[in-house]
Amino acid sequence: MSASPDSAHDAESLDARQRRLAAVRPRLLAFARMQLRDASEADDVVQEALITAVEKDAHFAGKSGYETWVFGILKNKILDALRAQKRRGRWQPWEDDGVEAAVENQFQATGRWQELARPSSWGDPESTLASERFWQVFDSCMIALPENIARIFTMRELMGLSTRQICEEAGIKENNCWVILHRGRLLLRACLEKGWLTEADS
Amino acid sequence: MKMLMCREATCLMSKRLDVPLGIQEKMTLKFHLAMCGACKQCNKQFQLIHDAGRVLEHQTTALPFDLGGDSR
Repeated sequence: MSASPDSAHDAESLDARQRRLAAVRPRLLAFARMQLRDASEADDVVQEALITAVEKDAHFAGKSGYETWVFGILKNKILDALRAQKRRGRWQPWEDDGVEAAVENQFQATGRWQELARPSSWGDPESTLASERFWQVFDSCMIALPENIARIFTMRELMGLSTRQICEEAGIKENNCWVILHRGRLLLRACLEKGWLTEADS
Repeated sequence: MKMLMCREATCLMSKRLDVPLGIQEKMTLKFHLAMCGACKQCNKQFQLIHDAGRVLEHQTTALPFDLGGDSR
């Protein structure tokens, strides 16, 4: 990576920022991969984001953290990639794929939890989120989500878009969006509970 | 007050993370959560999942992703 800092820019801090870029790269990749569900596309957007971050280094105002700023660049690149996916017809029409059943299986006909699906405690949230194992389970559960649900879910929970923005991007109604997010969360919690608690016990 | 079953309660727990609930919705959810331990856990899990996205972005320590693996 070569950069051309303008003379006003502190060369030493630029160097420090480039080291931080290298350090944040694995997280950028993990983020992009969960969102785009395509390893080579994720590689591409991260590469583009890193290049942009170096090129626009002079624009980094220091108002937010540097990593937050880089993530902001990545999110814009991902949004462009998602729009391109949509234009290329990669977004398949909504299909059920047995999702409804997988969600409904967690409940009895009365609307109460099934005995086997009853949520249990995951322990202290902070230590859960600090656990390596949790993130491995999280990663594999995200990949296991049906694509249609995952796309909406990650736009909300990773990209932080509002449901209104998601409706515009995906061309769906807000109501529909809430239904999809509800299903996504139920599927994810079931998957996480299975993987997380099993491992925690062993 | 209308009694809420767990399935509908999870719907409100989810919606609460995306948009402010109405007063009626808030009250019925609160009432249900006070009485249902399983839903209370579910609510915590939804919240943790919601927070995970932000942690992924802000966590300063390296996260243990196997980036050599394929995405599928």
